[in-house]
Amino acid sequence: MADNTNLTTSQRNIMKFDPKDHEIALSTEDLHVFYGKTEGISEGDLQFERYKISALIGPSGSGKSTYLRSLNRMNDRIATVKGKIMYRGLDINSDAIDVYEMRRHIGMVFQRPNPFAKSIYENIAFALRQRGMNKKQDLDEIVERSLRQAAMWDQVKDDLNKSALALSGGQQQRLCIARAIAIKPDILLLDEPASALDPVSTSQIEDTLLELKQNYTIIIVTHNMQQASRISDYTAFFNLGKVLEYAETGDIFTNPKVDLTNDYISGNFG
Amino acid sequence: MDKIRASLLKKSIASKIERRGKIISLTCLALIILVVFLIFYFVASRGLATFFQNHINFWQFLSGTQWNPGTTGTNGQPAVGALPMIVGSFLITILSALVATPFAIGTAVFMTEISPRRGAQILRPVTELLVGIPSVVYGFIGLQVVVPFVRNTFGGSGYGILSGTFVLFVMILPTVTSMSADALNAVPRYYREASLALGATRWQTIYKVVLRAAIPGMLTAIVFGMARAFGEALAVQMVIGNATLLPQNLVSPASTLTSILTMGIGNTVMGSLQNNALWSLAMILLLMSLVFNMVIRYIGRKGKLNNER
Repeated sequence: MADNTNLTTSQRNIMKFDPKDHEIALSTEDLHVFYGKTEGISEGDLQFERYKISALIGPSGSGKSTYLRSLNRMNDRIATVKGKIMYRGLDINSDAIDVYEMRRHIGMVFQRPNPFAKSIYENIAFALRQRGMNKKQDLDEIVERSLRQAAMWDQVKDDLNKSALALSGGQQQRLCIARAIAIKPDILLLDEPASALDPVSTSQIEDTLLELKQNYTIIIVTHNMQQASRISDYTAFFNLGKVLEYAETGDIFTNPKVDLTNDYISGNFG
Repeated sequence: MDKIRASLLKKSIASKIERRGKIISLTCLALIILVVFLIFYFVASRGLATFFQNHINFWQFLSGTQWNPGTTGTNGQPAVGALPMIVGSFLITILSALVATPFAIGTAVFMTEISPRRGAQILRPVTELLVGIPSVVYGFIGLQVVVPFVRNTFGGSGYGILSGTFVLFVMILPTVTSMSADALNAVPRYYREASLALGATRWQTIYKVVLRAAIPGMLTAIVFGMARAFGEALAVQMVIGNATLLPQNLVSPASTLTSILTMGIGNTVMGSLQNNALWSLAMILLLMSLVFNMVIRYIGRKGKLNNER
């Protein structure tokens, strides 16, 4: 694999937003992630603009998923995360933050579709019920709205009481997206949401994400460079635990400033 | 070419070895099936003799409350009413399962969800150790500690259902705990992740997602514990008092199917009514363990269907 142990600053190209023109939804400062003594992420300084799709790309083991999972502290009991994660002026990587409340605002969808072994309806109602919402009318409304936003209402509206496990992989994943947006998060983190799916389901998920962009800030890890170029506004390139380049997607794919990025997107390694 | 043709038509050494292996494993299987069949046949033939040779009414056997096979009861028939033992067995089984289940689930949750490391390092070895303690040791402790405790606290002689429940509670607790922990461990990690990512707290995740998904496995664990409690003979016999009376309360001496069997089996003559009546008790035990087994299999199959993806 390409080596990036001794990089000078000129070999990295990390875009910073001008806060006057861009609203920052989430940013990280000097983020380090340790698995025991080994360092998973040694540096990750990124800013994510509101109502945009930002893609994290890079070869396997580059730390992009680790980085993403740190953002809503899913790594809490697995790894040590040092550094700041700024959200609405607060460092959410501190003990003062109520993690559970924070995850309500920063939702996550995983690589493998992971619906509960409950009905479609109950999958979406789960998080709402946990928050004390029990009125059937409210629940019905949110279930419908979430499924519509995930573009699967028409397919499942007559089968809401069927087991979610009976759905196809693509539908399961869209159900997971619907479940995540049912609690109206601010930011949606997606960890390779389409990598276990066929091309048709993948393109449906992508369409869904482009729809959701109007209301949600989306950060997506993807293995698929075409996917990143199709749907994202900004792209960050990870290698060996470091962000090497972060820029507008068009620039990354047509005019990368860093050699390693160029090598990766032209398929020389990874 | 002809060499190849010839070799294709001949049985190779490999295929012969394979056939031999198949025969050996089939023989082992047949032997085990034969043994099981013989046990069933023997118990059934002796147990049914009570009803067909000695002409005891089957319903009287199940519902009669007097047990003294050597003598004639009030109705002029030999006194072989097994109801006190059947009630004792079921009562002690259900009570000990009821007491053990909350403790077992709590421990299992701690072992798997709350502190997996300490669970694996300390609690699991301890529970496994508890499983391995011989039942006579449990019975002895029951006799020396539990019986006086019950006598001093609740009155009576101390021998009875309550003491038996306490002893069986400790005996089945490790089994139910470690099987429940296995069931919880088998819940896929992504269930927990999905729930946490939706903002559920750890407790909500454990209670609403992990425990729900593990219900079939934990039911199996409880039924398994009940099967063990139902079949336990020695420890129960030492603390229950062995009076063949319908239990009036939890601290009066009572008896179970197993305790009467172990008490009486050496003192009867093969072929006599006394002996046949004991075989009938054994037959009921065997049938019950069959029922427990079927329940476990049924729950297991249903659980598999529910969790299939």
